[in-house]
Amino acid sequence: MTTRDEPTDHDETADATGSADDEESTRTAPTDAMTETATGADATTDDGAAEAPATDGGTAAAETDAGAEEATEAAGTRTPTTGAESVIAALEAAGAETAFGVQGGAIMPVYDALYASSVHHVTMAHEQGAAHAADAYGVVSGETGVCLATSGPGATNLVTGIADASMDSDALLALTGQVPTELVGNDAFQETDTIGVTAPITKHNYFASGTDTVGDTVGEAFAYAETGRPGPTLVDLPKDVTLGETDQTPKPPEPPAGAEVDPEAEPDAVERAARVIEESERPLCLFGGGVIKSGASDQARRFARDHGIPVTTTMPGIGSFPEDDPLALSWAGMHGTGYANMAITHTDCLIAVGTRFDDRLTGGIETFAPEAEVIHIDIDPAEISKNVHADHPLIGDAGTVLEQLLAAVDDGPDAEAWREQCADWKEEYPMTYAMPEDEPLKPQFVVEAFDEATGDDAIVTTGVGQHQMWAAQFWTYTEPRTWVSSHGLGTMGYGVPAAVGARLAADNAGETDRDVVCFDGDGSFLMTIQELSVAVREDLDITFAVLNNEYIGMVRQWQDAFFEGRHMASEYEWMPEFDKLAEAFGAKGWAVSEYDAVADTIEAALAYDGPSVIDFRIDPAENVYPMVPSGGANGKFALSEEQL
Amino acid sequence: MSGADDPTPNKPDPGSTHRDTRGKNADRSGMPGPAPEDRPHPEGRRNSQGIRIDPAVEAEHQPRRATISALVEDEPGVLSRVSGLVSRRQFNIESLTVGPTTVEGHSRITMVVEESDPGIDQIEKQLAKLKPVISVGELHDDAVSAELVLLKVRGDEPDKVHAITEMYDGQTLDAGPRTITVQLTGDERKIDDAIDAFEQFGIIEIARTGQTALSRGDTQTVPGEEPGTSGEPTSHATGSGETTQQPYRDP
Repeated sequence: MTTRDEPTDHDETADATGSADDEESTRTAPTDAMTETATGADATTDDGAAEAPATDGGTAAAETDAGAEEATEAAGTRTPTTGAESVIAALEAAGAETAFGVQGGAIMPVYDALYASSVHHVTMAHEQGAAHAADAYGVVSGETGVCLATSGPGATNLVTGIADASMDSDALLALTGQVPTELVGNDAFQETDTIGVTAPITKHNYFASGTDTVGDTVGEAFAYAETGRPGPTLVDLPKDVTLGETDQTPKPPEPPAGAEVDPEAEPDAVERAARVIEESERPLCLFGGGVIKSGASDQARRFARDHGIPVTTTMPGIGSFPEDDPLALSWAGMHGTGYANMAITHTDCLIAVGTRFDDRLTGGIETFAPEAEVIHIDIDPAEISKNVHADHPLIGDAGTVLEQLLAAVDDGPDAEAWREQCADWKEEYPMTYAMPEDEPLKPQFVVEAFDEATGDDAIVTTGVGQHQMWAAQFWTYTEPRTWVSSHGLGTMGYGVPAAVGARLAADNAGETDRDVVCFDGDGSFLMTIQELSVAVREDLDITFAVLNNEYIGMVRQWQDAFFEGRHMASEYEWMPEFDKLAEAFGAKGWAVSEYDAVADTIEAALAYDGPSVIDFRIDPAENVYPMVPSGGANGKFALSEEQL
Repeated sequence: MSGADDPTPNKPDPGSTHRDTRGKNADRSGMPGPAPEDRPHPEGRRNSQGIRIDPAVEAEHQPRRATISALVEDEPGVLSRVSGLVSRRQFNIESLTVGPTTVEGHSRITMVVEESDPGIDQIEKQLAKLKPVISVGELHDDAVSAELVLLKVRGDEPDKVHAITEMYDGQTLDAGPRTITVQLTGDERKIDDAIDAFEQFGIIEIARTGQTALSRGDTQTVPGEEPGTSGEPTSHATGSGETTQQPYRDP
């Protein structure tokens, strides 16, 4: 309550504060309603949304007329009285269970409305952490993640996380406070042109212009984030709009007109693609993040297995196809497996689903799948032929189009010889590493030991760098939504807040016994280590594994390979002792540098019910291979530095 | 091969705290498998636009001029969204005009771009993804197009200026002892020719609007306008029918 001391010219503050206090006694009502919705296993959020306003409307009609606003609230109904309450009502109607954010002046009215809400708010240490946590929450739950921040620095601190969500097509709603409308443009205290700053990194952003419509706007932004190709949206909320009075109950959340995409691809195009697949000799599936976002992993697996087509994935597509399947070649690209890159180089029919052909996947475009007819399934027409020309574009939802293809392909391709070739490549280019006795602990060993110690449903989050690549290479992923990482933007520091979001998403789904493991580098860990305080405060069961080589390791690797070994600003002469730092945060901490201690410490950390940190002192000279140098040919991946 | 013991002339003195990591991996392990030069490599290639090169027709798409028309919701910031998209995706744009349409609250944006076919395709698709964009399309070559130019020339020879203005169906907007300002409209080529003709007087300033265009005849330019019937005012009563003469505000 002390935060309400902020001086303000707005008379409404008193009302808002008063009503929030009054609502304290009624807090259980909405919570119960939410529990009911959540426990009905298949109760859709639509049901919840439809019920709540109906109840509200009835009560409001009966009691608001009597002029007894307090009475209405005492009855536990949700007719908003302010723009801010309308914002929260929209979130509730959309089915948002958890939101991540940081308080601040211009967003205070919204936080005040959260006081009596069923939405669980997690206070993060930094707004960047809020955006990443919401992003990862959305990745794991399949729903739109929600983050909040105040104006100015709050909003700009969200920017990295919003850009990250944009690059990885993650559904994210950011709500930012803004200075009162009449001050906008005057360089007021904590004013930033948030709309201008975030326009290039959002699907769309909204400047809330009216108290009566702000709830509808928030509902639309929430729905739009997950409509079609997912992505981040933002609503900028001037303080006068959130403080202003309204009696408007927001409409059920709906995407803007025309945003819905036809899930089915054009049948003729599907038929043509089916013929190409049937006649191919070296067919290859390339499953991207879109497969997971569409919930199409089942269809993808059936399609590949029914027709005996080998499968590679992109990095965001990890988990769409089980990596222990005989058809699986794991992921392709810069640090992908040798066999995936061989297959992608030699395929004559590439069935690419939900991928945007990022340059880290394709390497030099001239040598990417150079002999393949490309069948490209994507929900976003703008991705068709953007980077790689699609001979057969199939625009639609990944799952729906894969079903169409399943029905259209009669006799699968005769690919026996090709499958054998792919199997040979797996033998020829195995993902192995050496563990000489005179060398320090190998990071790959740590990743494998964690994989061994956890179930198939364990969730892995990472920062960005060498550790991320090892976590992707040496863990065998079998399920979608278990790999949570920063791909397109490559955001160091993603791992810790992402683990917070991932843990809460699993817990909300009742999956409290799933393990959440965050692999981080020492450099990456230090960028967002403050979010460890959130994991402790919220008592989140997360194991943080720092693969500590006292380097910005990926940069060091590139300096060795391309800058003649000059370690400019990549080498840390000193690093904090992360195990002790963890203890200072109130988490459990270990430091491990010997192979003997790895398994036992992992077991102890996983068994510990709360956040724990293991500082693995790994071999600082270890490099990530295979590697396709930037712009190089996938088929010419290097297996060691001398091959670069 | 740059093993740890090899002399590397450009490498600075590592100093006492510096760990030498270079080449360690190559020396010690590396990953098993044939080296890049020992692997089979396909003959095929793609061009820089990602199109598989057919040896028979090995051609990249060359840039060409295209006129793109879009109907947009006239909401705050729409112009900055469109121009921001064009600039951050590095599309080559020659001109952009904006003005009201038959529908209240809708504007038409006309863009002339210089791009290859895949680039033009991308511009249309990326524009279509913007929420305030209602419809977007490329105009055919036979579209009617016009732009407006204001030319301020030296007023030393008013009769000759007047004659050339007449020749190009222009209007004199302002004539003073030292300067004459004329207005000309027409397609780009006519405007270019007119400017050439006026150069003899000494052109002081030029303001050109850039092209705006509609498709010819019955063909709809892009879907979204509300055609009126004779005698009925359109819902947007202002439109001058000329190029963008309405002040366009874009906060």
